[in-house]
Amino acid sequence: METLKKDIQEGIAEKMIKITGAEAVIKCLLEEGVNLAYGYPGGAIMPVYDEIYKYQDQFHHVLTRHEQGAIHAAQGFARVTGKVGMVFATSGPGATNLVTGIADAQIDSTPLVCITGQVGSHLLGSDAFQETDIIGISTPVTKWNYQITKASEIPEVIAKAFYIAKSGRPGPVLIDITKDAQFGELDFSYKKCKKVRSYRAIPKLNIAQVKEAAALINSAKKPFIVWGQGVIIGGAEQEFKNFIEKTDIPSASTVLGLSALETKHPLNVGMVGMHGNYAPNVLTNSCDVLIAIGMRFDDRVTGNLATYAKQAKVIHFDIDPAEIDKNVKTDIAVIADVKESLAEIMQYVNKTEHKEWMQEFNKLYNIEHEAVINNQLNPTKKGLTMGEVIGGINKETKGDAVMVSDVGQHQMFACRYADFIKTRSNVTSGGLGTMGFALPASIGAKMGVPNREVVAIIGDGGYQMTCNELGTILQTKVPVKIVVLNNSYLGMVRQWQELFFDKRYASTEMVSPDFVKLAEAYDIEAVRVSKREDLADAIKTMIASKETYFLEVVIEQEDNVFPMIPTGASVSDIRLS
Amino acid sequence: MEENKNFTVSVYTENNIGILNRISAIFLKRHINIESMTVSKSEIEHVHRFTFVVEVPETLIRKVVGQLEKQIEVIRAFYHTEDEIIYHETALFKIASTHLYDEKIQDKLKFRRAHIIAITERYFVIEASGLKEDINRMYEKLKPFGLLQFVRSGRIAITRPKMAITELLEEIN
Ligand SMILES: Cc1ncc(C[n+]2csc(CCOP(=O)(O)OP(=O)(O)O)c2C)c(N)n1
Repeated sequence: METLKKDIQEGIAEKMIKITGAEAVIKCLLEEGVNLAYGYPGGAIMPVYDEIYKYQDQFHHVLTRHEQGAIHAAQGFARVTGKVGMVFATSGPGATNLVTGIADAQIDSTPLVCITGQVGSHLLGSDAFQETDIIGISTPVTKWNYQITKASEIPEVIAKAFYIAKSGRPGPVLIDITKDAQFGELDFSYKKCKKVRSYRAIPKLNIAQVKEAAALINSAKKPFIVWGQGVIIGGAEQEFKNFIEKTDIPSASTVLGLSALETKHPLNVGMVGMHGNYAPNVLTNSCDVLIAIGMRFDDRVTGNLATYAKQAKVIHFDIDPAEIDKNVKTDIAVIADVKESLAEIMQYVNKTEHKEWMQEFNKLYNIEHEAVINNQLNPTKKGLTMGEVIGGINKETKGDAVMVSDVGQHQMFACRYADFIKTRSNVTSGGLGTMGFALPASIGAKMGVPNREVVAIIGDGGYQMTCNELGTILQTKVPVKIVVLNNSYLGMVRQWQELFFDKRYASTEMVSPDFVKLAEAYDIEAVRVSKREDLADAIKTMIASKETYFLEVVIEQEDNVFPMIPTGASVSDIRLS
Repeated sequence: MEENKNFTVSVYTENNIGILNRISAIFLKRHINIESMTVSKSEIEHVHRFTFVVEVPETLIRKVVGQLEKQIEVIRAFYHTEDEIIYHETALFKIASTHLYDEKIQDKLKFRRAHIIAITERYFVIEASGLKEDINRMYEKLKPFGLLQFVRSGRIAITRPKMAITELLEEIN
């Protein structure tokens, strides 16, 4: 009897495996289906890195050249795949180097889990070596964060982190783990998180709201849709297309909504916002019903709120109740996952046609084409334009590429002129406008969709903020295509100086190193083009290459992005020159 | 311009470390000065209740409450106007004991919610509670005697309308 009892007890004891907190971290990630992370090691996260080493046959870690590179790479990965991007960093400077990327992910609703090491819990609050209050620092820019001080907390907190990062309106989560919690032991078991008591990821669809919205849409003479990234995050591209095709409503995208609907769809009337298309901006102030879908009325979209769509009744579809009436007062709010609400509303909307109304968009498009687009895509002036480079890339990729852009004039040209035929193809820093985003984000994007062409479009300024990540490319051989549009200026700021500061170019002229030599130093094939006749071939060679390829295009120095709504102006006061 | 009004904001949260930081950051971002704040347990286990008093336009407080509710660990947030709540504040006044037998002070203490809660050789302490104005009035009355210390609490409030937290938690779970 006694021995039997003892055997049973030992059997149980064997099943409950004791492992370290650091090992638990990796096991949890594997349980979540994550086997790729970006990061940079250091003292306070070394126990975890030691486990990454042990698990290297199952878990892949990419060493970037800076923590900012790591987090932007994870963002690129998350944006193209819809999965959670994973980042590791050490305490102190490692953690603070993540902050820009966390803020960027927060405002663009990108799901990320960042794990930072922290000094031992007995040292917390003592200004220990490399101690920073990363929980305090990251609070305003994370969807959720948590500091773990005991190994036993690790599985539950990581499970919760993944659930929060990806559910509802996604966002970045930061978990800070003290060194003693990484070394400490726990009985490991893992259960995925399916709910958090105080958190309602997806509001319940209210059918009455849907019916009310449908009735208003059915009665509209000049309805107009502005859609945003919510359509992509919700995976509602098909539902969205069904909806606009049945109701025949002209639809325009925000920067982050681009590629949810193919560029050439007959109902796609372009992009709204500061550098958006003429027709959708102007007609925002003529429509009778404005339907906002998964977008948040950012000030770059609305211009002056006092004059924005004042004549229209506004319907707002969004998953986040806090977005309703935040900037623009709505008449009807449909608060739910757009995949669900758009599918539901199909039952109540009539099949309609809005031919004459659509004509107004076409008329204004022709004006814009004449005044701006044609000159940008088929320029006659000597210098190369950013628009024609994007046009040239479209020709070679047939719109099938993932376009990762940095921040500045080139970004607006990329967003205005890229042809998208597939969703999740436009990766750019929208809400924060983070220069330095594109190169690392393109690395993550390519790792996320290795079978797709990934082209990074970057200005000479932004490129120099994170071109250290060429080192990551050197080591990983990830075959991204890098296009630097070099105008020897911080172009976008220079444009503002030209237009609003009497051409006082204060600190916007930029001397750059030989970018071709720099790429070559990292063992990357590189070419510089400065003549129109060489451009097409250079792009062709780049896209045909199976390896990483660098192309520098020397651009007209003082080219401007138009149309433009100056800050504070009304969307209908958009300038064509 | 929409006029400022006094609002009492009640926030029900999980009882976790760091939540105060998260909540106050939202007021901070909108540049709202918090007039007073009280935190305590609520009627529900592991649920804490924050009571803030702020003076802002109503459209703004509605947005702030939306942002508050969005926080993962916030269960619900409400805002109420003055006539929707029953509230209280408490104040302590420390006065030198030379005044203890002063008839004028005795007079002041006739205010129905003021009484002496401690007496020593050197000082005595008066506690008073009531509406903000009651406390202010008491302050003005006692000030001439010289206040060695004065402190007042944040507001605590019970709302006239129902705040259906228990039902809400049941619905989520
Ligand atoms: C980190 C960061 N710092 C500063 C800015 C402000 N800014 C916006 S666009 C821009 C110029 C970008 O120049 P460049 O990268 O050369 O691109 P271009 O506009 O010439 O295409 C600057 C400085 C920013 N967006 N991000």
